[in-house]
Amino acid sequence: MNITVDESKCCGAGQCVLVAPDVFDQRDEDGIVVLLDATPEPGLHAAVRDAATICPAAAIQVHE
Amino acid sequence: MSAAGPRIAVIGASAAGLAAAEGLRRLGWDGVITVVGDEPHPPYDRPPLSKQVLSGAWPPERTALRDAGRLAGLGLDLRLGTRAVAYDPARREVTLDDGERTVLECAGVVAATGVRPRTLPGTEGVEGVHVLRTLQDALALRRRLAEPGRRLAVVGSGVLGAEAAAVARGLGHEVALIGAQDTPMERVLGREVGALLAGVHRDHGVTLYPGRTVTGIAVDGGRARGVRLADGAFVEADDVLVAIGSEPAVDWLRGPAAPDLSDGLGCDRYCAAAPGLYGAGDVARWYHVGLGRHIRIEHRMNAGEQGLAAARNLLAELDGERFGQRSPFEPVPYFWSDQYDLKLHAYGILAGAVRTEVLRLGGDPLRLAALYGDADRVTGVLGIGLTPRQARSLRPLAAAPGTWQEALARLRETVAA
Ligand SMILES: Cc1cc2nc3c(=O)[nH]c(=O)nc-3n(C[C@H](O)[C@H](O)[C@H](O)COP(=O)(O)OP(=O)(O)OC[C@H]3O[C@@H](n4cnc5c(N)ncnc54)[C@H](O)[C@@H]3O)c2cc1C
Ligand code: SF4
Repeated sequence: MNITVDESKCCGAGQCVLVAPDVFDQRDEDGIVVLLDATPEPGLHAAVRDAATICPAAAIQVHE
Repeated sequence: MSAAGPRIAVIGASAAGLAAAEGLRRLGWDGVITVVGDEPHPPYDRPPLSKQVLSGAWPPERTALRDAGRLAGLGLDLRLGTRAVAYDPARREVTLDDGERTVLECAGVVAATGVRPRTLPGTEGVEGVHVLRTLQDALALRRRLAEPGRRLAVVGSGVLGAEAAAVARGLGHEVALIGAQDTPMERVLGREVGALLAGVHRDHGVTLYPGRTVTGIAVDGGRARGVRLADGAFVEADDVLVAIGSEPAVDWLRGPAAPDLSDGLGCDRYCAAAPGLYGAGDVARWYHVGLGRHIRIEHRMNAGEQGLAAARNLLAELDGERFGQRSPFEPVPYFWSDQYDLKLHAYGILAGAVRTEVLRLGGDPLRLAALYGDADRVTGVLGIGLTPRQARSLRPLAAAPGTWQEALARLRETVAA
């Protein structure tokens, strides 16, 4: 799995951080998503896919 | 049925419908997934319409929810520009208006048809009268606002009207915001925060007409000329945006054996409206166990979460052995709004609160956290101008509603941290 994020689409909802805190964080200044781990271990894949589906700005792409 | 196996139909090809289709695939449904959408476009996102698309910051393609490759990868039977016109709950058959009046036999159906904007009677086809729900709507209004020096009257001071007013002012147009409420977004934010927001709009040069009733739109030679108010006032305008709320798109579900359609599609705790029929997104009113009542939420986050939940529960109903048990859908509602450089985040239920406590942070009147609830319990929390960590830390307050005393103590701790 390889993850990319589109910072300019992100609306700072932080839902990804709630679903997969090991993979996503938010910048302090403006809440924009920070990708902590672009190739997370398999145990995190389900959470990452959920995060990508529910991200309200469609800012997370998962490549598998 | 065809060799490809049984079919699940998802009606509505937007945020909730796409999340449902993605969920169905990911959870292992290997039958057909037919997604029916009456708009011509592949699934796109609506929140940017009143923000980046209206301002011109984004080209319309940027609103696509998934790129073409990803969409193709889902292996959907995607029928765009096609409307569902009838549903037979006993036979689980959906009828389409595709010329042949195709009838889809289904194992299950997810209803994700969203809402349609309310309009003012007698304004159909009048040039310069707009609603803002679809990409087409946004581009039509954008075209007008792309020319300098326009006068825009916004009818309705809910979140949509307030956002559009902010964008139009940002582009330098003359903007009037006319609302039945005394302050913008008052139904959701309450009077105190609404008054703050009113101040922000006024400071940016928006002319506010609070607590007013619109009696009609003046038309001259087929073109809007302004808005007439019940108190006799007349607001001159080149364009009028009507943002007075919406109605759930449930016409296709009507019929003698129809499920409860009194305010959207009535669903149980699992988002089920009838055997094999699930609702998701703006159209669905479901029983939220934690809140102990039915709610219908018109927010973007809920569309994705409920689409996923409806997919899970439908699969569990169809084949519990393979897909496990159904579970109640009990999200913590969330929405955000952008106006000027203000960012609002809210968790839980704010509307209908009888008590509000606003906590101002530091000297800046536009940095605040507020609690909303009934007499005994806090049900929702709002943050304006908070850091992301502070905003996220508000969520537990709405996730496990406590007494006012507890919540206030926790809120003070949270925002002080
Ligand atoms: C301009 C705008 C700005 C917004 N901003 C925010 C925001 O900042 N924050 C936030 O939380 N939320 C916001 N929202 C709300 C959010 O966009 C919605 O909650 C979300 O789009 C709901 O998704 P949905 O899939 O349930 O419904 P919809 O997006 O309405 O999609 C339903 C789809 O089904 C189609 N359809 C309807 N009937 C039929 C039929 N019979 N057959 C086939 N297709 C049919 C419709 O044409 C539509 O394409 C905004 C909405 C708008 C319009
Ligand atoms: S969920 Fe999406 S919009 Fe929200 S912070 Fe994460 S990437 Fe950004």
